[in-house]
This record gives sequence, C-alpha cells and structure tokens, in this order.
Amino acid sequence: MPPAVGGGLAGSELRPRRGRCGSQAARAVGPDVATEATTRSPKRPAPSSRRFEAPGRWALLALVTLMSFATRFHRLDQPPHICWDETHFGKMGSYYINRTFFFDVHPPLGKMLIGLAGHLTGYDGTFLFQKPGDEYEHHSYLGMRGFCAFLGALLIPFAYLTVLELSQSLPAALLTAALLTFDTGCLTLSQYILLDPILMFFIMAAMLSMVKYNSYANRPFSAPWWLWLSLTGVNLAGALGVKFVGLFIILQVGWNTVSDLWHLFGDLSLSMVTVGKHLTARILCLIVLPLALYTATYAVHFMVLNKSGPGDGFFSSAFQARLSGNNLHNASIPEHLAYGSVITVKSARMAVGYLHSHGHLYPEGIGARQQQVTTYLHKDYNNLWIIKKHNTNSDPLDPSLPVEFVKHGDVIRLEHKETSRNLHSHYHEAPLTRKHYQVTGYGINGTGDSNDFWRIEVVNRKFGNRIKVLRSRIRLIHLVTGCVLGSSGKVLPKWGWEQLEVTCTPYLKETLNSIWNVEDHINPKLPNISLDVLQPSFPEIMLEAHMVMIRGNNGLKPKDNEFTSKPWHWPINYQGLRFSGINDTDFRVYLLGNPVVWWLNLLSIALYLLSGSIFAVALQRGARLPAEVEGLSQVLLQGGGQLLLGWMMHYFPFFLMGRILYFHHYFPAMLFSSMLTGLLWDTLLRLCAWSLASFSLAGHVHTLGILSLLLGIAYSFYLFHPLAYGMVGPLAQDPRSPMAGLRWLESWDF
Amino acid sequence: MLGFLQRPVVVTADINLNVVALTAVGLLSRLWQLAYPRAVVFDEVYYGQYISFYMKRIFFLDGSGPPFGHMLLALGGYLGGFDGNFLWNRIGAEYSTNVPVWSLRLLPALAGALSVPMAYQIVWELGFSHCAAVGAALLILIENALITQSRLMLLESALIFFNLLAVLSYLKFSNSQKHGPFSPSWWFWLILTGVACACAVGIKYVGVFTYLLVLGVAAVHAWHLIGDQTLSNVRVLCHLLARAVALLVIPVLVYLLFFYVHLLLLCRSGPHDQIMSSAFQASLEGGLARITQGQPLEVAYGSQVTLKNAFGQPVPCWLHSHQSTYPVIYENGRGSSHQQQVTCYPFKDVNNWWIVKDPGRHQLVVNNPPRPVRHGDIVQLAHGMTTRLLNTHDVAAPLSPHSQEVSCYIDYNVSMPAQNLWRLDIVNRESDTDVWKTIVSEVRFVHVNTSAVLKLSGAPLPDWGFRQLEVVGEQLSRGYHGSTVWSVEEHRYGRSQEQKERELELHSPTQTDVSRNLSFMARFSELQWRMLTVRSDDSEHKYSSTPLDWVMLDTNIAYWLHPRTSAQIHLLGNIVIWASASLATLVYALLFIWYLFRRRRRVCDLPEDCWLRWALAGALCAGGWAVNYVPFFMMEKTLFLYHYLPALTFQILLLPVVLEHVSDHLCRSPVN
Repeated sequence: MPPAVGGGLAGSELRPRRGRCGSQAARAVGPDVATEATTRSPKRPAPSSRRFEAPGRWALLALVTLMSFATRFHRLDQPPHICWDETHFGKMGSYYINRTFFFDVHPPLGKMLIGLAGHLTGYDGTFLFQKPGDEYEHHSYLGMRGFCAFLGALLIPFAYLTVLELSQSLPAALLTAALLTFDTGCLTLSQYILLDPILMFFIMAAMLSMVKYNSYANRPFSAPWWLWLSLTGVNLAGALGVKFVGLFIILQVGWNTVSDLWHLFGDLSLSMVTVGKHLTARILCLIVLPLALYTATYAVHFMVLNKSGPGDGFFSSAFQARLSGNNLHNASIPEHLAYGSVITVKSARMAVGYLHSHGHLYPEGIGARQQQVTTYLHKDYNNLWIIKKHNTNSDPLDPSLPVEFVKHGDVIRLEHKETSRNLHSHYHEAPLTRKHYQVTGYGINGTGDSNDFWRIEVVNRKFGNRIKVLRSRIRLIHLVTGCVLGSSGKVLPKWGWEQLEVTCTPYLKETLNSIWNVEDHINPKLPNISLDVLQPSFPEIMLEAHMVMIRGNNGLKPKDNEFTSKPWHWPINYQGLRFSGINDTDFRVYLLGNPVVWWLNLLSIALYLLSGSIFAVALQRGARLPAEVEGLSQVLLQGGGQLLLGWMMHYFPFFLMGRILYFHHYFPAMLFSSMLTGLLWDTLLRLCAWSLASFSLAGHVHTLGILSLLLGIAYSFYLFHPLAYGMVGPLAQDPRSPMAGLRWLESWDF
Repeated sequence: MLGFLQRPVVVTADINLNVVALTAVGLLSRLWQLAYPRAVVFDEVYYGQYISFYMKRIFFLDGSGPPFGHMLLALGGYLGGFDGNFLWNRIGAEYSTNVPVWSLRLLPALAGALSVPMAYQIVWELGFSHCAAVGAALLILIENALITQSRLMLLESALIFFNLLAVLSYLKFSNSQKHGPFSPSWWFWLILTGVACACAVGIKYVGVFTYLLVLGVAAVHAWHLIGDQTLSNVRVLCHLLARAVALLVIPVLVYLLFFYVHLLLLCRSGPHDQIMSSAFQASLEGGLARITQGQPLEVAYGSQVTLKNAFGQPVPCWLHSHQSTYPVIYENGRGSSHQQQVTCYPFKDVNNWWIVKDPGRHQLVVNNPPRPVRHGDIVQLAHGMTTRLLNTHDVAAPLSPHSQEVSCYIDYNVSMPAQNLWRLDIVNRESDTDVWKTIVSEVRFVHVNTSAVLKLSGAPLPDWGFRQLEVVGEQLSRGYHGSTVWSVEEHRYGRSQEQKERELELHSPTQTDVSRNLSFMARFSELQWRMLTVRSDDSEHKYSSTPLDWVMLDTNIAYWLHPRTSAQIHLLGNIVIWASASLATLVYALLFIWYLFRRRRRVCDLPEDCWLRWALAGALCAGGWAVNYVPFFMMEKTLFLYHYLPALTFQILLLPVVLEHVSDHLCRSPVN
C-alpha cells in the first residue's frame, strides 16, 4: 500500500497514539534540540578580543591579495615557449578564436574563457601550439597566461576569507594564505595556460560563497543571503563547466545543503511554508540556476564552433550536418538505399567510427590471412562500400535497369569500393575478442563465396520496408553463421594501424555495438533530399556531447609499461611533473609542491583526525568543557569538518578512477588541506596557550607559534622558488647544482 | 554438597520445533537426488579444476577469490576420497566413477539448507513475530534460484550462509548486550560474528560488503554506547576493545589462516608457477625448486646466471642473446648498430646464460674463494655461448625509438666504442653493502656511460628477432617498475677456462642442494597481490547480464543440458518472489522516509522501540541488499545472474518484515 494513502487513512486514529508518545518524543528529542541550538550558533571564543578594527582587517586582506598577485605575476612571461599542457589548452583556445569544431574530454567553459582572454588581449589564433618547447615568438600569449594567473592569484584571498569565516580567527586565515602563497606547486600551476587555475578558482569561489551564505543563516531571504546563495550556484556551474572534477564540489555543497535543510526541517518554530520556501530557494539557486548556466555554456560552445574541424568524426552523422565545411553540411543525398548505392556505414556506438577496410591483410596467425576490416574515426575513401545483390554481379547502376530499393530483410553483399573485396566473415576467431568471429574482406572484383552474404535488418521494423539514410538503425546479420556485425571498440595493435576491431558476434543481444547507420549515400539514379530535417535538437546535441566526453575520458587508460602517477603519491609529494626542459641547458620548470607545506598538511590531517575524535568522544561522553575550549572545539569540529570533507571529496574518488591520473589532479584537494592546516594549528596553539595559562609567558605561545610557522614557510619558499620561477644549470643530482641539497626525495627529478 | 539429594538434577532443553522442521525441509530440498546429474554442470568445470589441484596438492593461482571457498569444496572431495583425477574440460562431460559427486556437492548443499532456519532466526531476532520468521524461511526455502545454486559445486550458497551467519550472530550479540554483557554467550556471538565475516570474505571478495555493513551497524551501536553516561569510562573502553578485537583483529587473523592452510596444502609446483616470483617458486616442491636447489647463494665474479625479468608481462622471460645481429636497416628506414641482438625469451634455453665478469680482469671463472658482487659494483655481463659483452649506446632501439638499443658488442671498427660497463643496483637491499643473491635480490643494471637502465619493453620483435621480446636501455632515474628489475634464477660458479668446456658446462643442468624459505607473510603478501592483479581476459559470455537485468529477472543461465534426453538445469528465479521482494524494498524505502520526515517534525507515528526495530531491520535487510547489489554497477568484469543471489537473500528477508509492519500499523481498524 502506498504510504501516502496509509498515512492519510490512518491520520485520524494516529492522533491518540501520537499523544501517547508525545512525552517520549519530547524526552528523546529534548537534548537534541539543545545541541542543535549550540551547533547552529557556535559560541565563538570571545569575539571582541579577536576582532581587529575594520580598517586593519581590510589592510590585511589587501596585503594578502597583493602578495598573492605579486608572486603569481612575477616572471609570468618566462619561459617564452609552450609548457606542458599549454599545447592542448592553448590550441583549444585558438580553435575557439578560429571557430573550428574540435573534441576534448573536458566541458567547454575553461577553454572558452582561455579563448576569450586570448581574443581580448590581441591573440589572433594563428599560433599552432604544436608541441611543448615551441617558441611563441611574436604571438601574444601573455594575455592568456595573465588571465590564468589572475584567477590563480584570487585563490588565496578566497581561501583567506573562507578560513576567516569558518574560524573567526585572523591568524588562522593568515596562516592559510601563507601556505598557499608560498606553495611552489600552486604557484607553478597558476602561471600557465591550463584549466586548473580556472577550475580551482570556481571551486574556491563556490566554497567561499557557500560558507558566506551559511553565515547568513540567521537572516534568511535577506539580500546578502540571496546573493551568496546564487553566487554558490553560479560557481558550481563554472566548476562543472571547466572539468567534470567540479562534480566533487557540487557534492560537497549538496551535502551541506541537505544537512542545512534537515536542520531547518527539524526546527519546529518554522512553519512548513517557510521550510518550503527554503527548499524552493535552494532548488532555484543550486539546481536550476547552475543547470541553466551549464547548458548556456554548451549553447555558446556549439554556436561559436560552427566550422568543420578535427573533432567531427567523434560525433554522429546528424550532428556533423551542423558544421559548415563538413560534407554533410547543407548536403542533399538520396533518402532510401537502393542497390548500387555507394555508402559509408557508421557505428551507432559513439566514438567508434566508420566501417573501414584497406589493402592490408591480417597478419599470419591471426585468423585467416585476408584483408583487414576495421572501424576508423576519420573520413576516408576507404570507408566507402557498394551495396550489391547477393546473387548477381550485374551493375545496378546500368541506366536501363529500374531502380531497386533495398528492403528490410534483404540479403545483400557489401563490396569495398577501393579494393573490390566483399565484407566477409567465417568461423575464425576475431583478433582481439576471441569469442567472436573474424570479419575480413574477401573475393576478387566482387566475386566471393556464400560467406559474403549478409541480411540487412532495420531495428524495430517490419519486413519489406525501405531503408532510410541516417535515420534507420540497421543490423547486418551474417547468413551462414548467423552472427551480427559489430565493433568491439578495442584498439588493434600496430598491424591494424591502431584502428578499432570489427567482429561478427554470435551473441544476438541487442547492443549499440552491433547497430549501424548509413551516413554518406551516393546514387546518381535517385533524387536527393535535403538533410536539414535531420538537424538534431539542442538536448540531443548536449546528450551526445556528454556521451562522447565520457567515453573519451574512460578511454584515457594507462598503457602497460607506462610509469603512472598513483593517488597515494600525491599528498606525500612523491613525484612532480616536468613543465618545461629536461637537460641542464634548458630552462626548467618543475611542478612540485613546496615539501614543507605539503608535509605539514599531511601531518595536520593526522593531527586533525586525532584531536577531532578526542573532542567528539568527549562531547559524546557528556564531558563539560570550559567555555573557551568548547568554542574552540566547535570551530574544530564544524569548520574543520567542512574542510576535511572537502579534502576527502576531492581526493578519494581518484582511487576509484580507471583513467590515467596525473599529479596536478591533487591540487583542489590540496587547497582544502591547506585551509584545514591553517585552522587546525591556530586552534591547537590557542588550546595550548589556554592549558598553559598558569605560566607567565603562556599568552605568547600562540603568537610565537604562528609567527614561526609563517617564517618557516616563507623560508622554505625562498629555498624552493626556482622550481616555479625556472632554473637553468646542472640538474639537482649533480652536486654542483644550487638545488643539489634540496633533492630530499630520490624521486624528484629537477 | 549433596544438593542433588534434595533437588533432582534437571536438564531442560528448549527445542523450537519450527527450527527443527525448517531445517528438515531445508535439508530435504537441497539434498534430494544431490548426485544427479552425474555430469559437469556449468561452473563446476571451473571450480572442479581447483578441487583437483587441492587433491593433488599442486599450486595454482586464481584471481577470482580468496582460497577459503575453494578449500571448502575441496574438503568435500577429501571427505569423499577424491583422488583429483578427472579432466575438467567441458560442461556436460560425464563424471567418471572415481569422482564422489555426492560428497563434492554436499557442503554447498548443507550451507544452502542451513540458510533456511537461519532466515527464521534472523527475522525473529530482529523482533518480529514467529509468523513473519516462518514466512521468511519458507520464501528462502522455495526460491528455486537458491535451490539450484546450492545443489552444485558452487560458492554462492556458502557465501550466503556466512553472510546470514554474520548478521544473525551480530543480532544475537547485540540482543544479549542488554542483559548480559561479557557473558559467555555474549563473547561467543561476538566472536562468531567476526569469524563469519572473515569466512564470507574468504569465499568471495564481495563478502567484504556484508562485513562493512556489520561493521557499520556495530560502529553506530558503539557510538551510542560511548554516549551512555551510566557506564564508567573503563567499562566503555572494555566494550570498545572487545569489539575491536572481535570484529577487526580476529577476521584478519582468520583470513590469514585461510592463506596459511592454502599454502600449506599446495606445496607442489604447478601450471601457474611462472606468474610468481622466483623466490616464491623456489618454495614449491618440484619445478624451479628442483632446479635451483643447492645453487650457491651469493653471486660472485665468474658466476654463470640466468636473469629473469620481474615484470612478467606479457609473459615471464629471461634475458637472452644469440648469434643473429640487428638488421642494418629496419622496415621503417631507421638504422641499427648491426650488433648482436639482445632479447627477452620466454623459454628456458642455453642462450639465456650470462657470466658476471669483473671489468678489471679477463677471466670468466670464479676465484677460490669466490669474490661476491655487491650493490654499487661495476660489472660486465658476458653472454655465455658467444662471450660477447652486454652493451648499450645512443642508437634507437628497434621498436621503441625513444629508448636505447641494447646489444652484445661486436667491434666493427666504425668508431663506435664498447660501452659495456653496468653498475649493479640492488633494489630490495637492506644496506648499501648488500651482496647480490640468487633469486632473492631484485637488481637493476644501470649503464655507466649513459645511466640508462636495462628494461624489458615487452614489444615482440618482428621475424628477424624471432618474435622474442625487445629489451632496451631507458633513461629513468626514478620509480620502481617491474620491467627494469631482474633477478638471478639459475646460478652456478663457472669453472671452465676454455670456451668449448664452458659451452658443455652451460648445457649441463645445474645441481646441488640447499633450500631457501620465504616467510609466510612474504608468501601471503605476494600471493594476495598477484591474485588481485592477475588479469582475467574479460570474456563475453552468452549468458552474461547486467545488474539492471537482475531485479526483474530479465535474464537466466542454462546450466546443463543432457545431450540426448534434453533434460536440463536452468538457473531462474521465482518471479513472484523476486518482484514482491523488490516491491517490499520500495515500500520500505518510502515508508522509512515518510516516518523519518514525520519524526523530524515531532510527529510520532510509531512508538520508539517499534521505530528502532523497523530501522534496524531496514539497515540489515535493505542495507544488505543494497551493499550486495549496488557495487556491481561499478564492476567491469563479466557478470551473471548468480551474482545477485546474496543481495536477493537479504531482500527476501525484508518481505515478511514489511508485510508484518503494514498489517500491524497501517491496516489496523479504527477500533484499535
């Protein structure tokens, strides 16, 4: 029975029972309410003593921002050549400027912004961005780097404000700012044309807005509340629009929102209508608004990129008809397949490509030594096939013969146009998928054997229907063995030119692998129709773009013998990434976190877990803490908990990812970890000062502690700054190098 | 003292006839005609091989799961006196008379039969009525997918049994928490929970999800215990310690015990030896151990050795060279040094022998006393049959143009000097003066001139290289990767001065005697690691399915078909049970959310104890279903319908619970 009905029916007689348990409930809930009251407005330790005067606070913020900009913009033009992934993202920025369609595994916003920044600062999109190390020469690249550095520099004031809001303590915020300003890794990553500074910008902005709107919880529906709430939504859209990793911050904000709503829902002083309003406000600002913005970025993306380019083949035939310069654009082709038509056949599975063959044979030992049949993502003459009747070899294009349409259920032969071999299958195992049969090209000048016969079927159609170009989803069933033509999606080795394997699968289960459609269609005897009717709608385009991206992401698998970065390497700063230069004569930049900062972060996480659980257990045991400690423990558990959650959300999912991973994936998590460090040390030092209160110098423990941390971090930055700002000269393993003493781990190679 | 004179000694026994009756029908349904069909049914073909290996005590490696499940099946074979002689090659093959089919299938069947009364007990311990409990047991009893799966040599029924046992004993434990903590029965159920969890994990890795669920529930209960201020701190600590020992330490120990027994049983070398390291192989009887017995341990200058690559991908192979040279020009137009090829060869061969040479001397024999080679020493490696020295230089390798070519140096007088000095780098050294040891030491050869490392690229060479695997020198100073690491497998001290004698010596088999033992933990960690990383080719199967197919029973598996009579066994669930169990889960979820929201607004539809019971039942049954089902969406291996059975069992338990709740609380007449 549906519970709603049950509840409704039972409503009247439930009331007495409800009365009975009312006292119980009150008892059970009583302490809950009390703790809630404290959690919702954590007693912050003596705010007046902590708060500087307003001008001082602004000056400090300005100082932090200034430091951050100074470090990020220092030597921004060095090196004047392509570093690392600039080759990709710079190139993609150029594609936007040139409006050519391309394919990338990341959503478009980040690259669009790079393109925009380049366009506004006078970059014309003519640089080729071919490979790392190419000189920029006269091309104006500083605008794009400056844009990324600008966003990267903003991370630090954001982190500062977030920690300030969570801990209400300036020293904690200052420590956080110092950790991030003086981290060589964050610095390096912010100085180049990459997606990461943009991604981190949106992540931190979302975090800051979320914390800010939480702080207005006592003034719901006020103007700043609305502002921060909608800013959270905007930044979420931004984060997701740059990389799919933005999903993690969405999860964090989602979790925060759900627990927030849960508290509101349990607050009996609020009517259901008010709770409903809260819910609606969040749905509007955190779901509808981001979705709308995210969709809008795609709309802009598809509008800007309207010329055919290197990304065409990844997309379906209907999609390509949108791109000017593509042979399907404004094309008109015959609508129904007829015998004698020259066609290309495309797999319905995305990013698999066209049925393809070429004059090379399968190597010895791999099935029969006949011509290879593969799928190929790019357009090529070898993708062309001719439909012929299975039993005659007469030319159907002979003008004296009437046009004969291919019908659903017909038995046909597919002849490869360039090599005149027939699509063929037989009882030999396929090269990679051993349980399927091999598909080959066989026969001479179209004369083969009965293994060349295929029955063409349209999915979900009745017999006798004609077959439409592009729109009919067809299957090709091998007449002799009864198997279905399909693509396994696996990459063939070198002998197959790394194209994808085509097999004939004996398992008749209907999957996209075995469904094809006809794309190009040439038949001089038939009238052409325009393809414009096939234009996909925007939601279809969105869906397809996402499918292709997800497949692309999953396809980024590490190869067998490759040295890959593992998630456990990251927090211990095990290994960096070479941004530029290898030899001792090169200008070298090496992405590596400042080890002092990173190892402090690592230690802080352990300390946090320890101190946090001590406090949690003490509270659960009902221990009575002094007001000062109580306040600090709230900061630690509430604020620190948020940051720890952020770190975990941005780190642990990588352990589950099958795709190839790089060191720089850790940096969003590192931001959260640094904020936690700032908050933790401030709190611990305050606790320390409190517990030593009976000694005379106890008051200075906190100040001294924070100061020595700040100085230590600054000094370590002085030591390691060549990693980020570039170094020339002997490698660090050479004792003559100035960096020789700094190679603390064998695995660092700078 | 003589109390029995006043009062008689009385033994009272409570026998729940429901349980007895349920056990009886459970046994009847699972054991009836157990030996039929006398033919290999479905995955028996797969587990049967392992049973045979156990019977013959031959080492094998199976990546599909830990050894406890296989050992259980093998126990059946042991009890039935199976000698392991049967060729498990095809589904449907008739068993020969030496195969004790009945006893092989007995243990899974017993596990399946006992699941029936356990279902009863679980629902009863959850605080629901006997009627609901009997209902749950009957549903498990008549679920034909469970019956089918229990009656064959398969592991699911044992997994389900231990899953249920873990949940049941945890419930018994937590119910005895109220009146008798630290009583014997409290301890018994607590420890049994841990053991049952370990057994479930030991049968299949998916058992870990039930373990985590039980741990989660235990953690929540423990957290409440911490909050209970009527208990003293010491007592709380005792409670927590007891739980930690029983639920964390004991399962780990039991799991290790499985491996200990496994390795104790499998002491002979077998078909999967090659996947393991040389040291591991040397611990098995026969195989490598026979060859390497009595080899000298320390490699000295003049030692004759074979060098095995540690990576084992694509196949395990040995460093090899032969008379043929690299072609002057490759197919793609690049040039080579035209020196003697160095490859990696996956078969034993006389050309796999190398001699460790001191660069300062000319002799290729071992001094008396032998001078051992240490970490950091510079050595040359001379190929035994051709006495050419291993060399690498700045010439692109044949298939990996970014790496250096490795060759055996031939002096063509073309101003290409010999660069044949290698520095020995012992990767797993304990100190910097470690001696290079046979089998145990994992070494890298770092080229002195170019600091390249000798590496197996794994690419098979074309015909000119006889399809052997390419070996290259690669610039890398960091990271451990198996493909750069080599270990000495066969080893002897070279004695012959003359090349002719030496060739004879190389052809002769190695001999002499000493055995080396790895510690159990070393063997365990290596075996566990290989089991987790061994790659099974993802085979598509006719009856494979996706998790979405399972809920509505959209798939089936044909287990066996009699070739003549067309009698068959088919794995197919009872659609009524499956659908109603799924419906019950849905109803539970909706009701739970409804109550939760109402409670949040202080509207108490249920009395407190009733609510707690309802929540616990959901956590264990609906939670058990979810943790055993949802993870399959993320698994990339081939999935079958039977993977759903553990989840289904939990779901079935939920059905009577939901029915009872609905009839008690929602369908009550207004008079009450």
